[in-house]
Amino acid sequence: MAQVAYAGASRIYPGAHSVRAVDGLDLCAGDGEFLVLVGPSGSGKSTALRMAAGLEDVDEGTIAIGDRDVTQLPPKDRDIAMVFQSYALYPHMSVRENMAFSLKLRGMSKADVRVKVEEAADLLDLTQYLDRKPKALSGGQRQRVAMGRAIVREPSVFLMDEPLSNLDAKLRVETRANIAALQRRLATTTIYVTHDQVEAMTMGDRVAVLRDGVLQQCASPQELYGTPRNVFVAGFIGSPAMNLLTLPVDGGGVKLGELKVQLPVRAEQGEVTVGIRPESLSPVGAGEDGFDLQVQLVEELGADAYVHGTLAGHADKVVVRTDGRTPPKLGEAIRVAPCDTGEVHVFDPESGLRIGAE
Amino acid sequence: MTARTNRLGRGALTGLTWLVALLFVFPVIWMVVTSFKHEVDAATDPPTFAFTPTLEQFTTILDRGFLPYLANSAFVTGLSTLLVLLLGVPAAYALSLAPVKQTSNALGFFLSTKMLPIVAAIIPLYVISQNLGMLDNVWALIVLYAGMNLPLAVWMMRSFFLEVPTEMIEAARVDGAKLPTVLYRVVLPVVAPGIAATALICVIFAWTEFFYAVNLTAAQAGTVPVFLVGFITSEGLFWAQLSAAALLASLPVMIIGWVAQNHLVRGLSMGAVK
Repeated sequence: MAQVAYAGASRIYPGAHSVRAVDGLDLCAGDGEFLVLVGPSGSGKSTALRMAAGLEDVDEGTIAIGDRDVTQLPPKDRDIAMVFQSYALYPHMSVRENMAFSLKLRGMSKADVRVKVEEAADLLDLTQYLDRKPKALSGGQRQRVAMGRAIVREPSVFLMDEPLSNLDAKLRVETRANIAALQRRLATTTIYVTHDQVEAMTMGDRVAVLRDGVLQQCASPQELYGTPRNVFVAGFIGSPAMNLLTLPVDGGGVKLGELKVQLPVRAEQGEVTVGIRPESLSPVGAGEDGFDLQVQLVEELGADAYVHGTLAGHADKVVVRTDGRTPPKLGEAIRVAPCDTGEVHVFDPESGLRIGAE
Repeated sequence: MTARTNRLGRGALTGLTWLVALLFVFPVIWMVVTSFKHEVDAATDPPTFAFTPTLEQFTTILDRGFLPYLANSAFVTGLSTLLVLLLGVPAAYALSLAPVKQTSNALGFFLSTKMLPIVAAIIPLYVISQNLGMLDNVWALIVLYAGMNLPLAVWMMRSFFLEVPTEMIEAARVDGAKLPTVLYRVVLPVVAPGIAATALICVIFAWTEFFYAVNLTAAQAGTVPVFLVGFITSEGLFWAQLSAAALLASLPVMIIGWVAQNHLVRGLSMGAVK
């Protein structure tokens, strides 16, 4: 029904030092796709979403929804629904009135409004709360009302701005699954903003990583994790973050302590940034090939333990995932090597770009 | 032991509170009491509580033509407050939720109009009213009272409007609401307590305003405060009559205040407590 296409879209905040909050964004959310915008705070992800909503001006470029150019249209003419971080419910209206508001404004008959609202309430398990005011609801219920207000309208696009960030951890996981399931069921194009990479990876068909207003990479969660296009994406996606070490190249490989690691690609540069995920490293026996790690911190998570340490002769921190049942002790030195299946990512230290990107 | 000292301390505090409250309310009580006295009882020295109550003063006041003054006051107060709200609500909205250019200058300008003492403006105002043929005319007072209360109302309402979450307004815009709908169906219901508080303050100020009224009106457009002054005569003060008149004058404001009490408290504390 509708895809959302940003074409060179920029938002420039004027001022003595004008800020390009979103800078030349080229991005397209396909029809029915769940596209997640993720990035650290200040990366422009919310601004990009608000541009699609019409709440933020588009200073350069265009935004199209379906085959309509909506760049200059007010929010009400864009056929979108938005879920806000604070939910932004109308406090003086009951749940029913909150959900019915947009339908009434559209001039829908009372009977139709009633049917639509009750359908949505049923879908979101809100039927018994329809006549309550928002202040008499829990956080999770308010969140569902905000969702309900969006879905009753049957818009061609959902825009969601960190809708789960005000929920507690348990509820967030539940609601995350619910929203993803609901979106699959309604098959409505959705753009979802979050700073939480777990949300991004679990919910999105594709994930777009933004930094300082610039799109870094837009790909499936798998691809983003497996072949990050640059150092920023490599470091941002994955928790704990990928180990990134800038090392001199010597005969097609780099030396991690005493261990020589062969690079999977040919590097012309004298130095490269090598990226190895914590789960690609594992402890080995004392005599085996590997490098020594001075243990400085052990995070025990039950199934796994993450060991933070420094490489002998190196300032850089390295994190290694180990078995949670036998974690090393603080202050110990352990011997570590990349596991057989472990991947080594190689980046140009100057540009930050992946070397040997296909 | 500590519980006992605590209780003692709390008792003392309660006593003190009562004392202060009585101190404040005593003149009002005295006014009410005096209004039911005969003029002779009212003038005794030392004052007495022992007297035969009478409604004589109230009938005298009504005979002296109190009602037209009351009507003038009600008309002027009501209409000027309405005018303030009609002009002030959009102004406050523009200066808070939809900030226009030069917001702080506009706010500064509003405030600056309160910096000139009224006394300094009375002669020009008198001359202008005279030239326009508006002396002793309720409409002149309506315009002046609206002008007097408007800056205050804009400032007050602006602070209430600033409490409205912008996301809620954006949600309404995405929901398909145009500006008037956003304002009247989303913003105003949320700030209603604040608007009520603002309106009440405008009512009180307009109702009790004396300086403009006494200088610009006479028999036709006189308001209640002007009527009260009529009891201060060269033959002396008529305490009982004056008290009865003052009681009647303050009664409407007291009733409105009492009715709007809950709104007022909520409105006035809206900015402070989130």
